[in-house]
Amino acid sequence: MYGKGLRPLSIATIAALAVSLSLVFFYAPLDADQGFIQKIFYLHVPLAITALVGFVIGGVFAVLHLRSGDSRWDAYSYVSIHMSVIFGVAVLVTGSIWAKASWGHWWVWDEPTLVSFLIVFLMYATYYPFRYAIEDRERQARYASVFAIVAGAFVPLNFMAVRLAQSLVHPRVFATTNGGLPGSMMLTFLASLLAIGLLWVTLVKFELTAKSASGQLKRLRRALDAPAPGGASRVAPEVS
Amino acid sequence: MPALPLDEAGKYVAGAYVVFLVLIVVYVAIMAAKLQRIERELRELAGFAEQRSAEQDEAREEVGV
Repeated sequence: MYGKGLRPLSIATIAALAVSLSLVFFYAPLDADQGFIQKIFYLHVPLAITALVGFVIGGVFAVLHLRSGDSRWDAYSYVSIHMSVIFGVAVLVTGSIWAKASWGHWWVWDEPTLVSFLIVFLMYATYYPFRYAIEDRERQARYASVFAIVAGAFVPLNFMAVRLAQSLVHPRVFATTNGGLPGSMMLTFLASLLAIGLLWVTLVKFELTAKSASGQLKRLRRALDAPAPGGASRVAPEVS
Repeated sequence: MPALPLDEAGKYVAGAYVVFLVLIVVYVAIMAAKLQRIERELRELAGFAEQRSAEQDEAREEVGV
């Protein structure tokens, strides 16, 4: 059921990634200030935006789960958060590489954007132990949904708080009256954002498909009353 | 800090993109391994179901005789 449309989506994602990489390296001009190192921007920022939006989406799915009691929404929420955490790792690593090249340090503690993202990431890193500390599946799903909603609401609040905090260290390239991105850079950035967004959707769908297959296999095994060869099952939520 | 020369900046840019690529490849590899396990279990279950069906047929024939 979840695998439907996965192939065209994967092809579209690969095409979008190829186009965005071509634009990054062959179309977008070199930044006057940072030079070639600014190319990391087209990877780091879309990854960060996608990860943060993914966390909020996880919260929205959690609301739907609590409203309907349908475990499918819990699985959607879990997979959205899981994928955003993986993207979050990429954000932190690419950000550190960029910081080292631009500022001479792998990490800067007095930069609100960096620290706030780290706080959000660490908060979501606690989602897994929090979730799997509860054995009862229904309670686990319910508590995880509450966590996802509260944390999901924290993400935009945190973002706004950082925007309000005035800092000259981290570049502000959007919504500035002067010195915003020129057209060619903006086009490249939007193409990268679309490609990374598509990658997130594809991987979420991929994971949901795998979980659905795994869940159906377990149901089949129960129906046939056959012993599991691999012993205990994984703790992630089942998708029917 | 002044902009890094291209040869030095290139290492950092390549590093960032390679890290991203490795992360995605590792994730896809883990998922592929998971799907292989599901496929293997499915084959085992299919074999188990066929075996059970054959046993039931045999039992029915014995009762019929």
